[in-house]
Amino acid sequence: MSADVELNHVSVKFGAFVAVRDASLTIRNGEFFSFLGPSGCGKTTILRTISGFLEPSTGAVRIGGKDMRGIGPNKRPTALIFQNLALFPLMTVAENIAYGLRIRGMGADERRRRVDQFLDLIALPGLGEKRIDELSGGQKQRVAIARALAVEPQVLLLDEPLSALDLKLRQHMRSELRAIQRRVGLTFIYITHDQGEALTMSDRIAVMNAGVIEQVGDSAAIYDDPATVFVASFVGENNPFRGTVVAAEGEHAALDTPAGRLVGRNPRGAKAGDEAILFVRPDALAFDGHGAENSIEAAVQSVAFEGSVSHVYLKGPTKRDIVMTVGRGDGAGVPGQGQATRIGFARAAGLVLPAGRLASD
Amino acid sequence: MIESVVKTLLYVAPFVVIATFWVMAVRERRAAGDPTARGFFERNGWVVASYLLIAVGLWAVVMVVLPQLTMVDFSFHPKLPPKDYGGPKDHYTLENYHYFIFGSTTERESLNIIHLRAFGLTILASVGVTIFTFFFCYPIAYYMAQVAPPARLRLIMLMLIVPFWVNEILRAFALRILFGTSGLINNVLVALGLVGEPIDFLGLDIGMYTGLAYAYLLLMMFPLYNAIESLDKNQIEAARDLGAPWWHIHAFVVLPFAKPGVASGCTMVFMLSAGALAAPQILGGPNSLWFTPIVYDRFYQAFNWPQGSAYALILLLTCIAFVMAVLRVFKVSLGEITR
Repeated sequence: MSADVELNHVSVKFGAFVAVRDASLTIRNGEFFSFLGPSGCGKTTILRTISGFLEPSTGAVRIGGKDMRGIGPNKRPTALIFQNLALFPLMTVAENIAYGLRIRGMGADERRRRVDQFLDLIALPGLGEKRIDELSGGQKQRVAIARALAVEPQVLLLDEPLSALDLKLRQHMRSELRAIQRRVGLTFIYITHDQGEALTMSDRIAVMNAGVIEQVGDSAAIYDDPATVFVASFVGENNPFRGTVVAAEGEHAALDTPAGRLVGRNPRGAKAGDEAILFVRPDALAFDGHGAENSIEAAVQSVAFEGSVSHVYLKGPTKRDIVMTVGRGDGAGVPGQGQATRIGFARAAGLVLPAGRLASD
Repeated sequence: MIESVVKTLLYVAPFVVIATFWVMAVRERRAAGDPTARGFFERNGWVVASYLLIAVGLWAVVMVVLPQLTMVDFSFHPKLPPKDYGGPKDHYTLENYHYFIFGSTTERESLNIIHLRAFGLTILASVGVTIFTFFFCYPIAYYMAQVAPPARLRLIMLMLIVPFWVNEILRAFALRILFGTSGLINNVLVALGLVGEPIDFLGLDIGMYTGLAYAYLLLMMFPLYNAIESLDKNQIEAARDLGAPWWHIHAFVVLPFAKPGVASGCTMVFMLSAGALAAPQILGGPNSLWFTPIVYDRFYQAFNWPQGSAYALILLLTCIAFVMAVLRVFKVSLGEITR
């Protein structure tokens, strides 16, 4: 059993502070949905509102079409996986998984059978009698998932559960989580500040900033077609060029920036005279930009080798360094340090968005 | 001759025990430990190390072991005038313990009902006081540890601690006045028409139990608070999220976690209640016979120090045995409650 989760103009206030402002969206039945944003953006507040630990100040949360107001977390069809997992340290693995079943009055034999099923699901068969502190980080993770799934929730909520793991394990657990989600077919709502996690696992992502949902879309849309300056600067690396729109024709707009006149796509319909920011991804930039549609004068400052790619940091006419990603094969074309060069990019790779605050501001 | 041998054994035995444990510890470390581990003196330097050894040793031996041993020794002697000390009548005897059970140093016809009953009641009532104190303190400790915002927590702490600046005797007398037949509580009850005539709280020992519970409130409160405070809030929320009603969370998540604190608080309240003197003496009703005033009377009314020592020892050993038994039942180790 799985269910839709609907937020209808949800605002959550703590005194004068607005943690979530007018959030409206529908998370579809069986979807892997992520809330992505920096710490303090309100994503955890949204999660706690869905799970019932908080009530919205205004608006409504509906799960499976039913208004959840006044229904406590112990009565909602949701199960939450905590950031620190919050496994019960004095209980064995099996007792942890069976905790919710025991509350529901399930008999001991039936409980044991179900626990065994879940131990199989999380690929830890036979570990039921282990104590929690005898498990590795990844094993604890899976026990937490099993404990939450055991109560047969319609929606599983995950609050940055991978953040405590080391990098390798984190990457492994991403695919594991995704696989478990496909197997059980539940609605997963995932909270993270790690865009890599959000982009790889999610069917759809909501990017949040300062209590506001900035954009909802699938990974490709979020990355390729960011709706706001915040999303463009938060998700993936991006080079911003602030300027004033001098011409907007058809799908494109031209900006006057400190780096010269730059042209890019104009999906938000910026008009001449508007303040705007043109973004270009590091991988869209190329050296030897003399013939390119856009070109910028810059000097190489440093090169950071990262294996399959290298990041090249350039000092251009703007305050901020320009970042370029160069593939292994193209390494030969990188000019020496301090050498002035011209970098360029195609019009289609530039994205003009109405001016706003960057994620790093 | 035999006297001096027994006496020597009595005083030497604890040191033999200590030495044996020390030798065992050293052997175990040599056998299993890291051979490169540095000894106590090497780690701390000889100045600090010898200070620690001498200070702790003196404290343990002079302040704790020797006085108690003297009491033990005393309790096995007959009551004698000072001139007979060390004389032919000064021999080891069980008569003081005999007296506790049979009410006579020689006869066995009847039991010492009064003292035995007081002893039994003291243990039972102390258990009662401990349980009451626990149920009274747990909600407050839980609120302080998990719910209260910091400002309110400070306020509650202050309100808990400040009353204990007033000394115990004064507090007991204040309670006595409060609970008296013409005291505030009775006046209010009568004025409100809830009771026809004043209730004899003191005669019913309600005053005494209140006094005892009040006197040792903090000794329950703080171990509980410490234990619950270290519980991750997420565990409580996780249990709630998994569907647990509130009582289930307390019974199966909070209490098992706080067990060492519960044990520590209960042990202290029980021990101190059973050994309390002021509250029973000041607040006890005419019918109540707490055991400690009896012990006190052995010393200062009967001037029978050997018997007093025997009584005190009986109380001490029974309490220790009782506490150890309870700890065992609840599977708490001594190490845990000192955390």
